[in-house]
Amino acid sequence: MHKDSFLAHLPLLILSFCFSFVVAAQEPDVQKGKALFNANCAACHKLNKRAVGPALAGVSAKYDKEWLYSWIKNSTAMVKSGDAQAVAIYEEYNGSVMTSFPQLLNEDIDNILAYTDYTPPATAAAAQPVAAVPQTESSLSNDLILGVLVLVLAALVVMLFLVTKTLKQIAAANGIEVVIEEKPKRTPLWKAYAQNPFLVFVTVVFLLLSSAYVGYSYLMQVGIDQGYMPIQPIHYSHKIHAGANQIECKYCHSSARVSKHSGIPSLNVCMNCHMNIAEYNGEEDLEKGYTKEFYTNEIKKLYKAVGWDENTQSYTGETQPVKWVRIHNLPDFVYFNHAQHVSVAGVDCQKCHGPVEEMEIMYQHASLTMGWCINCHRETNVNIKDNAYYTKIHEELSKKYGVEKLTAAQMGGLECGKCHY
Amino acid sequence: MPNQKKYWKSEVELNEESTLVDKLSQKEFVQKLPEDLLGSTELPESDTSRRDFLKYMGFSTAAATLAACEGPVNTSIPYVVQPEQIIPGIANYYATTIVDGFDTASVLIKTREGRPIKVENNTDAPVNNIANARVHASVLSLYDSMRVQGPTQAGVDVSWETLEASVQGQLAQLADENSPVALITPSLASPTTSQIVRDFQAKFPNVTHYAYDAISETAALNAFERAYGKRALPSYDFSKSTCIVSIGADFLGDWQGGGFESGYAKTRVPKGKKGKAKMSKHYQFEANMTLSGANADYRIPTSAVEQQFVLAAIYGALTNQSYPTALTAELKKKVTAIVAELKSAGTGAVVVTGLQNEDAQRAALAINKVLGSSVIDVQHNTQLRLGDASVMTQLVNDLNAGKIGGVIMAGVNPAYTLPNATAFVSGLKKAKLSVAFSMKNDETAIHSQWVAATPHYLESWGDVEMKTGHFALTQPTIRPLFNTKQFQDVLLSLTGSTQSYDDAIKAYWSSNILSGASFSEALHDGYFVTSQIDKLRYNDNVDALVQRLARAKAKSGLELHLYTKTGIGDGQQANNPWLQEFPDPITRVTWDNYLTVSKADAEVLGLKNINQSDGALDGSIAEISLNGTTVKAPVLIQPGQAKGTVGLALGYGKTAGMKSEMQVGTNAYPLYQNFSPVQTVMVVAADGMHEFACTQLQNTLMGRGEIVRETTLEIFNTKDAKYWNPMTQVSRDHEEIDVTSKEADMWQAFDRSIGHHFNLSIDLNACTGCGACVIACHAENNVPVVGKREIRKSRDMHWLRIDRYYSSEETFEADLEKVDNISGLGESLSTFGKMEDPSANPQVTFQPVMCQHCNHAPCETVCPVAASSHGRQGQNHMAYNRCVGTRYCANNCPYKVRRFNWFLYNKNDEFDYHMNDDLGRMVLNPDVVVRSRGVMEKCSLCIQMTQKTILDAKLEGREIKDGEFQTACSNACGTGALAFGDINDKESEVKHLKEDERMYHLLESVGTEPNVIYQVKVRNT
Repeated sequence: MHKDSFLAHLPLLILSFCFSFVVAAQEPDVQKGKALFNANCAACHKLNKRAVGPALAGVSAKYDKEWLYSWIKNSTAMVKSGDAQAVAIYEEYNGSVMTSFPQLLNEDIDNILAYTDYTPPATAAAAQPVAAVPQTESSLSNDLILGVLVLVLAALVVMLFLVTKTLKQIAAANGIEVVIEEKPKRTPLWKAYAQNPFLVFVTVVFLLLSSAYVGYSYLMQVGIDQGYMPIQPIHYSHKIHAGANQIECKYCHSSARVSKHSGIPSLNVCMNCHMNIAEYNGEEDLEKGYTKEFYTNEIKKLYKAVGWDENTQSYTGETQPVKWVRIHNLPDFVYFNHAQHVSVAGVDCQKCHGPVEEMEIMYQHASLTMGWCINCHRETNVNIKDNAYYTKIHEELSKKYGVEKLTAAQMGGLECGKCHY
Repeated sequence: MPNQKKYWKSEVELNEESTLVDKLSQKEFVQKLPEDLLGSTELPESDTSRRDFLKYMGFSTAAATLAACEGPVNTSIPYVVQPEQIIPGIANYYATTIVDGFDTASVLIKTREGRPIKVENNTDAPVNNIANARVHASVLSLYDSMRVQGPTQAGVDVSWETLEASVQGQLAQLADENSPVALITPSLASPTTSQIVRDFQAKFPNVTHYAYDAISETAALNAFERAYGKRALPSYDFSKSTCIVSIGADFLGDWQGGGFESGYAKTRVPKGKKGKAKMSKHYQFEANMTLSGANADYRIPTSAVEQQFVLAAIYGALTNQSYPTALTAELKKKVTAIVAELKSAGTGAVVVTGLQNEDAQRAALAINKVLGSSVIDVQHNTQLRLGDASVMTQLVNDLNAGKIGGVIMAGVNPAYTLPNATAFVSGLKKAKLSVAFSMKNDETAIHSQWVAATPHYLESWGDVEMKTGHFALTQPTIRPLFNTKQFQDVLLSLTGSTQSYDDAIKAYWSSNILSGASFSEALHDGYFVTSQIDKLRYNDNVDALVQRLARAKAKSGLELHLYTKTGIGDGQQANNPWLQEFPDPITRVTWDNYLTVSKADAEVLGLKNINQSDGALDGSIAEISLNGTTVKAPVLIQPGQAKGTVGLALGYGKTAGMKSEMQVGTNAYPLYQNFSPVQTVMVVAADGMHEFACTQLQNTLMGRGEIVRETTLEIFNTKDAKYWNPMTQVSRDHEEIDVTSKEADMWQAFDRSIGHHFNLSIDLNACTGCGACVIACHAENNVPVVGKREIRKSRDMHWLRIDRYYSSEETFEADLEKVDNISGLGESLSTFGKMEDPSANPQVTFQPVMCQHCNHAPCETVCPVAASSHGRQGQNHMAYNRCVGTRYCANNCPYKVRRFNWFLYNKNDEFDYHMNDDLGRMVLNPDVVVRSRGVMEKCSLCIQMTQKTILDAKLEGREIKDGEFQTACSNACGTGALAFGDINDKESEVKHLKEDERMYHLLESVGTEPNVIYQVKVRNT
């Protein structure tokens, strides 16, 4: 009976085996799920933390799969239909509506759920200290080698001293008088030098010139803060924002387009993105201590300043304006207008501010001296493209100067009163 | 030559023996280096040798240099949430309205990063759209460090809740006792406030509302009420005038609220075809020399009694009646001539009077009715002045009799402005409740139980009916700086309403004024006009009262004419350093009021003016007594002051709630008895001399002639321009050539035909000398206030000055000849008598002078460090950071327009004005640098404004239209005297003005080719 039944069931077994194989082939793909999660869900959901929507780790355990399918595909309808669970979650999140994803197939949702349920193996965590070891070792060995060398040299000096001493003792013991020959008395070098007026003159001239040079260079750099790199209250990395994330400069410094000030962005501008980006997941620079935790902590500082409560995802109203340290300080008697350079002339921000997209910490790239301004005005042509203001004056002036394109200087950009009033 | 008038600026110039004029003309900087640098007037004996001094100086310089090497750490604090409208670096403008009970104007407020920094004219508004000097300065009063910062009770800070609850309780109790409560406000003309007050009175029926004007127009109001049946004042449109006769009305000053100069100036520039050009004619009868008198074609100095005769005579002649008056034959002749002018002038004729005499006011209304004047508009009348003097007098009596239970005051300062202020204060103390809504701890506030801190008008809501059918709105331009609350808000909450004042305005406007129009639009524009019009009918007979006028008798003693000065007005803004330092247009005196006396009277009374060798002015002190009240004031001998009269300005001598530096002058309000500005007083000389800070004899133009050019309408119409506006000639190879011709020019000229070339045209005909431009320049360019002591040393910093020149018909040399030719005692007496004439009634010309921006600038060539250089656009640039302070440029400037920073005027306790406190510095314009010590400065032709216009056009990629280029002064000028623009734009107004035959340059013969041009003054004589 058993045997029979077994035999009888064999084809079925094979079939089921094959089927299970097929099923195994359709096992939810964590990698695909991650991609889908990042594309569709990450704007509002985090894995282990509440964001705009709830944390999604282990969500499949909380809800029925079918319920999840229909919720993800059309949550509004479910709320309307009065589904108890749907209404509960709708109310918990103050009536914010979850975007519907009718384009997602059930398999896609399975993949996403697989990703949200996935727990990475613990081994990865151990990698970090291991990576750190060789570094400390190498610096240690360098020190060691140097130490050993110093010791060897010291030993040699001692040995030489001992050898001469011994030789002298031997000589004394053998009765050999070591006679130091009296050399004919020569004028000491310094006296000879002092007696040579030409040499003295040359030296004095040299000293005077070099001290003048040193003094002049010192004085000329007074008040020039090229390379000034102050520590800011919040470690804001232009490298991450403008470099890695390619955010346009004028997205944050928007007034540079229209006003004389480029403006430090107000904190509400930061929150346009950081309402959703609560933690840093990009590259780390462990050597300098810029770990993920470090950056995430800086985002927390922003939240504190702007009064954003991550748990409730709402503003508390308690703000602490940030006192940024100003890097580019022009004196009061200079008028500089960002809009004229950025919008009218079309100058790149980097021309004056340097490779900002590579700056982990912002610093003053240019000297910001008057000579620096004027040089650029002498070299740069006026951008007359599509600007009716310049049509007449550029035509007449270029004819007068006999050039095709006028420089800013020829346009009057060197006149004192254009910048000093 | 057509114009051989000699111009002079002071009495002392008439004295040929005086060496002072010569001395001053030799020196630009009259003073030696100050010895009282740090306040101590003498150097104490000391052991410190010169060597020691140099050592210390060397060390301290080195130390300071080293200390300066370390740059300061600047922090920037951005908004947490940036308001949508605010972009750092870009100014926002808001339309609002100032109504402070004395000045009323529709204005635009320029704000930067949320701070109001400048007042500008709201030229779109149809009425009262020109801000005067005080309104321009009002933005600084917002940042007054002496403001009350919150409500107080007996000097102790309380909360608004406490104040409102207690006051409400007390009011309820007073209502139960049926004890009267007086609510005193200035004439607000605010429809919504009137409604709020009515509601307040409905809740507390024992409350009476008093409108109180510090400077009363009671007589004019009574007269109008009598003639037309409504308590109001008519409006005047002087742009329709062809012949103006003013009898004691300073309508270019503060007469009936002021604001008439823009209409007036329109008719004062000759217009029409060559040969047939027309302008209005202006006769002025007055005692004090006023702005109106200074601008008149004929000014006839007369006492108030004579003015009444003139009024009676004019009325008689117009109605063919005879009113025998005691007028002199000379005046009678003049009146006859004037009446003929009036008759031929048609509806453009108008007679106005400032006599605070109901009879005179009614006579003037009757005369205008007879003339059929279109200048006066009774159907659009104004209630900006409503105060009734007799009611106020009664109130003070009632207070002292203990009949008044409570007093609530808002925006008034009766303890200072009432003639019987001491009686008022003693009465106020008898009241059970006294509340003062005030911005300052002023004379009234310190005697009140409660001081309710009110906001400045730039932090307030409000509305006003300028004249019938013309409404305007006030809106806040900044969040209140202090814990203040508007008087209307408190009244609303005392009434038990939960509405705020702005909601109340909105509600009232929606239901009563707007008739469906948008409130937001009205708020945006700042004004709203309805077709509403009064239908008043004239119903008066004045024959009997003209009889009374004709029989008026002069009392023995001197006639005192109280007036308000262009700078200080009624004294509300006395703590405003800009206004204190503003030179009076007529006397050019700053930081003071004074008794103006005619030269003849001064001699009789033994009063003197002495010009010190450094150009400073000292004056005797006079004691003025009236009914037992005695006031001491310094004396200023005023050319043109009517004999037998003296003048004294109100608004000075305030002490409460004022910085010590601002407590200057004499309080003349005690002499303002019965609210009459004309009083008969006794004047005697007192001991001592007063030191004036007068800019009058300073910076003389060194006797170089042809500064003011002037001609008459007749010559202007009949003769060639070469006759009345000749080009200065120079001799070349014994041949006369124009000084502007190429052969006479030694300079290598720049080509200025490409791009912009700015010119500023100044029309001497349209300039009334009002001084709004001077204050606007201060506000725009961060010009420091230097104080009385420095002004006295000729160290004033005004970039723009308005020179005032007196002139007489003949030259002074002719006078000398006369003296030489005298024979016999009888002739000498009569001749000497006549010799007084030039200064008895001079003609006056105002001439705004700022840096002339010479194309061939003498200042540029002498600067050793090239701090002064020329721009292609015609402006003379001044790079402050380059200047080392040699002052060569000032010495080489023929126009004397350069100003030197002798001290650090900001953050310096020695100069405790607005730039010395954080609050006051908020008014600074961030686009203009604040100059430091040791630096020369001057007018830049508002290069920050011309650059802004250019940069905006570049940003928007468009060409610039005429009218876009402006300077602070041309923007502020309400009379059109200052016109600014680009002469390379062939269609621009300024290009036409440059080619006008009235155009001339100041000191053409110097060959500086200035970019500031003047238009010859034409008098309609």
